[in-house]
Amino acid sequence: MRDIFIVAIKAIIVNKVRSLLTMLGVIIGVGSVVLLTSIGTGLQAYVEDQFAALGTDTIYVVPGTPFAEGGGVGGQQSVIERTKPVLKKQYLKEILHDNRDLIKDGLLMAMSIKNVKYGDKEKKISLLGTTANFETVYNTKAEKGDWFTKIDNEKKSSVVMLGPTVAEEFFGKIDPIGKKIKIGSKTYRVVGILEEKGGGFGGPSFDSYIYLPLETMYDDLDVQFINNFTLEAKEGVLIKDAIKAVKKTLLKDMDEDEFTVVDQAKLLETINGILGMFTIGLGGISAISLVVGGIGIMNIMLVSVTERTREIGLRKALGATPNTILIQFLTEAALLSITGGMVGLIIAYLGSLALQPYFPAKVTMDAVIMAFGVSTAVGLFFGAAPAKKAAGLSPIEALRYE
Amino acid sequence: MGDNVIKALNNVSLEIEEGEFLAIMGPSGSGKSTFLQVASMLAHLTSGQINLKGKDVTEYNEIERSKLRNQEIGFIFQQFNLLPRTSAIDNVALPLVYAKVNNSERDRRSIEMLQKVGLGDRLQNTPAQLSGGQQQRVAIARALVNNPSIIFADEPAGNLDSKSGEEIKKLLIDLNKEGKTIIMVTHEPDDASIAKRLVIFKDGEIVNDSKIKSKKEVEKKNHNIIQDKLSKKTKLKKKK
Repeated sequence: MRDIFIVAIKAIIVNKVRSLLTMLGVIIGVGSVVLLTSIGTGLQAYVEDQFAALGTDTIYVVPGTPFAEGGGVGGQQSVIERTKPVLKKQYLKEILHDNRDLIKDGLLMAMSIKNVKYGDKEKKISLLGTTANFETVYNTKAEKGDWFTKIDNEKKSSVVMLGPTVAEEFFGKIDPIGKKIKIGSKTYRVVGILEEKGGGFGGPSFDSYIYLPLETMYDDLDVQFINNFTLEAKEGVLIKDAIKAVKKTLLKDMDEDEFTVVDQAKLLETINGILGMFTIGLGGISAISLVVGGIGIMNIMLVSVTERTREIGLRKALGATPNTILIQFLTEAALLSITGGMVGLIIAYLGSLALQPYFPAKVTMDAVIMAFGVSTAVGLFFGAAPAKKAAGLSPIEALRYE
Repeated sequence: MGDNVIKALNNVSLEIEEGEFLAIMGPSGSGKSTFLQVASMLAHLTSGQINLKGKDVTEYNEIERSKLRNQEIGFIFQQFNLLPRTSAIDNVALPLVYAKVNNSERDRRSIEMLQKVGLGDRLQNTPAQLSGGQQQRVAIARALVNNPSIIFADEPAGNLDSKSGEEIKKLLIDLNKEGKTIIMVTHEPDDASIAKRLVIFKDGEIVNDSKIKSKKEVEKKNHNIIQDKLSKKTKLKKKK
């Protein structure tokens, strides 16, 4: 076996350029499969991280049926459904009232994007209108200053909390507490900065929002629409039961297809499902180049068998069995393919490292094992025909071949 | 065309004793090469029987034939058939690789054989760095390295200048003196005369099988047989 290896390595080294070009197909194939799946799995891991930041006992009520057939997060239907103003403030009160034994607390959330100005800095920022209990429901404390209060909400005070990213962007090293910023045409006082949190529904991070009292937002910024209710289940309550109860309450006011009640797990499952398909799709498309690479190997191996007909004949005359010849050529093909696969893997790894500042790409152990396995399989599969041809050569014919 | 069976060998029976030195001659198409291929287990017989060392080996399959060639037969080809870009020592060791001999033993025996053919100082040279005569000596070392009982030589001096050819012939004579059985195909009476027994093929049959007494005798017999063939051809033409 050792000798077969040496012969195979020699054959590859002797034809350096040809071997390299042959490998190129596999390099590109394995490289693109690994890199693209790393993007897919990285995305999945990223989303999971984001959701983990939100806590696990949280239930959401959203308009429409984004998780049903034909829906999908970001799907066409969900956009239409989400813009329907079906959720009303009153419903949240009903939910909290009817399910006191299951739901600890709840809040509603409205979102908008507006031009924000401080000094000579101006930027479009996502706004999130909510109530003071956001602090406890989302477990997000004020790093500096204090959360706006229930009274601020009722009085429609012109106060805002800043996400840490926004604070950094507008104020840098200056302490923003008490400073005035302009949202649209109105002026607001900064009362607090949130601790770093991450997360954010797969959209912008919660750190890059400006938070203001819901009522203030409604009044000042011409926002009518409620994005979601976020409910916090009581400790020890089964999320499943809580969802059922909330649904029952809401059915008194709305039709079944006008709203959806989901928890973290369901949201995560749906998004992961989509990303999983996305990953498989990307991998599948790039696998085509792997097949092309395999055909390249077969092509070159066939050329190699023809070129070395005389050598094969000699080896047979000197005692090589058909099997020995078969294994020798299979080894050569597999070696070409595996080497190509390893190089492709390294390139994909470097590629994912280069992407990391911009995108959460992640090369997993699975991808490494897959790259190794697939490139071996490609080599053996596409090397089989040439190797068989070599093994079947008659020693006399082969020796006579010029 | 399709139904015409061409018999390369017809009704040939030859018994070769251990230690003999056989020269096989004959015009091209006479069947001498076919005989060599069949006798050396490279080609299959369509009918008939081959016995080696008292054993019927006719029905051996590919794997058994490979083993037999590896253990019992040494080949010397007209074109040397060395592996290019491969050192002399590795070329000589090739049969031992297939005999599954370990690395150090392989090297030891290959060096010994190369020394025997006078190339002890050219172990690491590749065929491109060796002259034709040296290449053929590497090939002879390779033929001997697994200690076979028979050596088949197909025009061993055919591709060499006369001086190198003489060296090779001398090596073959020495090997035969050491007790090796040698079967050599050649069309040169000069080469054939180093053997002890002369077998001449013609049209797939053996037309001469005799002890070699002198070079002149070989030349004469070979000449007669080729002439005979030529005269037959002219006869055919005349008939038409």
